[in-house]
Amino acid sequence: MASVAEKVVAGDVRAVARLIRDIDDGMPEVREVLKELYPHTGKAYVIGITGAPGVGKSTLVDQIIAHLRKRDKTVGVLAVDPTSPFSGGAILGDRVRMQRHSMDPGVFIRSMATRGHFGGLTQSTRSAIDVLDAMGKDYILVETVGVGQDEVDVVRSAHTTVIVVIPGMGDDIQAIKAGILEVGDIFLINQADREGSDKTLSDLRLMIEMDQKKYDQGGWKPPILKVQAVFDKGVDEFLEAVDRHAAYLAETTGSLNFRGSRDKVRQELGEMIKARLIEEVLIRLTESGEFDRAIDSIVKGKVDPYTACEELVLPVLAR
Amino acid sequence: MPLTFNDKIFDDIKKGREKWEKELEKVFAARPERLPRFSTVSDREIGQLYTPADIKAQDFMRDIGFPGEYPFTRGVQPSMYRGRLWTMRMFAGLGSASDTNKRFHLLVNQGQTGLSTAFDMPTLMGYDTDSPKARGECGKCGVAIDTIEDMEDLFEGLPIDKITTSMTINPPASVIWAMYIAMAEKRGIDRKAIGGTIQNDMLKEFIAQKTFMCPPVPSVRIITDTVEFGTKEVPRWNTISISGYHIREAGSTAVQELAFTLGDGIAYTEEAIKRGLDVDDFAPRFSFFFNSHLDFFEEIAKFRAARRMWGKIMKDRFKAKDPRSWWLRFHTQTAGCSLTAQQPYNNVVRTALQALAAVMGGTQSLHTNSLDEVLAIPTEEAATIALRTQQIIAEESGVANMIDPLGGSYFVEALTNRMEEEAFEIIEKIDNMGGMLSAIEKNYPQQEIADAAYRYQKQIDEKEKIVVGVNKYVTEEDIPVEIMEIDEELESLQIKKIHRVKNERDNRRVEACLERVGEACSGDTNVMEALIDAVKAHATLQEVCDVYRKVYGAYRDPGIY
Amino acid sequence: MKQKRRVRVMVAKPGLDGHDRGARIIARAYRDAGFEVVYTGLHQTPEEIVEAAIQEDVDMIGLSSLAGAHRYLFPAVVQLLHERGADDIVVCGGGIIPEDDIKRLKAIGVREVFTPGTPLDQIVRWVEQNVTPR
Repeated sequence: MASVAEKVVAGDVRAVARLIRDIDDGMPEVREVLKELYPHTGKAYVIGITGAPGVGKSTLVDQIIAHLRKRDKTVGVLAVDPTSPFSGGAILGDRVRMQRHSMDPGVFIRSMATRGHFGGLTQSTRSAIDVLDAMGKDYILVETVGVGQDEVDVVRSAHTTVIVVIPGMGDDIQAIKAGILEVGDIFLINQADREGSDKTLSDLRLMIEMDQKKYDQGGWKPPILKVQAVFDKGVDEFLEAVDRHAAYLAETTGSLNFRGSRDKVRQELGEMIKARLIEEVLIRLTESGEFDRAIDSIVKGKVDPYTACEELVLPVLAR
Repeated sequence: MPLTFNDKIFDDIKKGREKWEKELEKVFAARPERLPRFSTVSDREIGQLYTPADIKAQDFMRDIGFPGEYPFTRGVQPSMYRGRLWTMRMFAGLGSASDTNKRFHLLVNQGQTGLSTAFDMPTLMGYDTDSPKARGECGKCGVAIDTIEDMEDLFEGLPIDKITTSMTINPPASVIWAMYIAMAEKRGIDRKAIGGTIQNDMLKEFIAQKTFMCPPVPSVRIITDTVEFGTKEVPRWNTISISGYHIREAGSTAVQELAFTLGDGIAYTEEAIKRGLDVDDFAPRFSFFFNSHLDFFEEIAKFRAARRMWGKIMKDRFKAKDPRSWWLRFHTQTAGCSLTAQQPYNNVVRTALQALAAVMGGTQSLHTNSLDEVLAIPTEEAATIALRTQQIIAEESGVANMIDPLGGSYFVEALTNRMEEEAFEIIEKIDNMGGMLSAIEKNYPQQEIADAAYRYQKQIDEKEKIVVGVNKYVTEEDIPVEIMEIDEELESLQIKKIHRVKNERDNRRVEACLERVGEACSGDTNVMEALIDAVKAHATLQEVCDVYRKVYGAYRDPGIY
Repeated sequence: MKQKRRVRVMVAKPGLDGHDRGARIIARAYRDAGFEVVYTGLHQTPEEIVEAAIQEDVDMIGLSSLAGAHRYLFPAVVQLLHERGADDIVVCGGGIIPEDDIKRLKAIGVREVFTPGTPLDQIVRWVEQNVTPR
């Protein structure tokens, strides 16, 4: 019997799908599988795509898949949709717009919900990327709604981070500036046939050029491209920009391996430690009942939360 | 402005109402109202009692007036059912063309006065029966039409120069219509002599029914071709049946049905005017198609409001001069979505009430659903009861004795006014989005309908809305109903037929014809003549539709939930 | 960490019929019940549905059909799942489906069929009782 990792490396779709489920569900046994898969990772090129709801990200991803397939590249997609804060459920609807690729063995599409679990979205998405990477996909597209810090972090773990906007967003451009401008490697103005696309272009350009000094010193200057995903316009130009960015990365970091960059590894390892600590500490305290007892004590005024926290955490770490 | 009521009466009403309300308070103090909130099926709150005070600003001649006169609140013809009853037009289609032909003959022999054709899903989507996409679908919810031969079999022995034919077809409407025209011409009947309707309303497909083929803009272009062609060549044909039916079935409220349907009508009118047609040349051939749902008065008010609104839209917005352009003529079908699989015989009663509302709302033609339509394609017996339901309303109930029997009802007039107001507000919103096409691109109507549908379902689940036999008066016993069976062999027979036709025809001629269709599509030439030639050469439905898909691209479900 | 597995279901529209009111309402009801719902959109072939269900690792596929083609489409989905070794994925259906057909579909492995008028909470409860997240 082949191990799960062997099946994944052999491209077994069912094994891959189930492993991603285990990652998503926080099953501890996946750690061993991921360790085993690690030597097979580092080959895929990861593109993160984010933007506000309704800017046409899924349609764009659908077209990017089609163009990558024309180049004979295999593609993995992770489409992340928000979990409902009320029920904990989610409708994962991005797939609808990519379903025409479902019969293509060169394409693997997986919808994921943000869930808001302890481990952090970034962690589980990163692991899922590793799985698709180990499965042999040439490109991995990660799509998220760019609303929370979590989602932004997810796309940051890509080689190339793409920010999608549409004309007429007005003040929303300001929001981008505040939140995610600095992580964008490529900016796409989708639905560029709509009124106001030139204005959006010049707004974005203005913001990007504020960092002119950085570019003068050899930093990557994010290109701004106009696309019309629905009409399949501008996607090739976009992929050429991705190629240029990849070449830039290869040149400046010496490698396209995700874990070749100290910054990215620092971020990832930090996340991992955080997730693991929460898992080890919080869960243990919850199961032992110490967590609840401490809450009671604070509520009854017997102890202050600062002391309680110290009393809970330090002994666990000392163990 | 001479209003219907004078000021003095309002003072009296005010005093009277205050007195009555005091009495009412006493009654409800002892025993509260039956429900915490009284509302229509569309969740519109309804008051306890209506008086002239609710239609204070009503001007009889301006707002209600006389049938056959602007603004047509009371009906489009001066005589209405005193002259001629509505057309009892039962939608039928099942299995093969010859099966449906038999059903048509049966309906005509039973006194039906117009034919209405239901097509199967592959036909509706522009696929031939031998397409892999069509597996398992042949003849299931209507008749399969692949080539002109099927069209000929479908109308075999039926006097198509005397009866009118309605065809419920949308993305491939132009092709099916071309087949019908070609079939008539092969019989020696002039295209100017045939009458009927193609539904041909793509906007509501994107909004609600989701039978689509090409993106909205080219879809509307092809529709405009048919409007132009009909205006010039087939003057007795209604080239678009602007449909609210499916919008309502998808879960909209009554006002949304009204607003989105008329909004679609505005879009088609604008496109035809852009084409250089005079509004008075084509608008009289536009017809409408509404749902008649469960809430009796709300539906009647909807029909009345629709007529008045379209009159205003045509006269004021499009400056139409021909009074026939101001007419909103409409077909009605009772609400399929209101039928229940539980205690299916109750559906006869539901349908009767809905049909009654349609008649009291002044419909031009009517389809009544069969009790078993929630289970399968209707059996002959069930379809006959449904037709008899209309005949009983017409001949026994007395409601067709006078015109607009509820005109002047304080409640119905107030409701009519309110619905008109709200629907115009939605239309204004659509205008502000840049028109219906861009509202659809923004998924505005789709999202509104999805929300309304979910709200309604929740209300049923929470028993805020009652469905007899479903969430109240439930019985455990199964009530058996006879089910119409579609022969599973049909698919292979139909595939054989299409292969035979393909073998017998002149393929080079077909190719040349299809090329001409493609050229017309990519250029500015009206596509209809090329289509008629192509189907006469035995090009199949899908072959033509593939040309559409190639030139315009395929439209895929945006998946709004 | 012991995290509770989340139920993942697919709501699918096989065939050409576009009546998606029921499918969309069900998708929302599932979401509100705390499930993760993958929606396929309209006009799917059985092959596309099965492939998507496997990639998404769902615990159940809910098929919706209102135009009579369930007799071919539902068994085709069951058969394809079997061929892919994915019999563990529960298949249920809903729509305009006559009683006799329901019996036939259940006989070949469709676990439950819901006809018009079934309350949402009844359907949700059925899923909770009959579908165990892997």
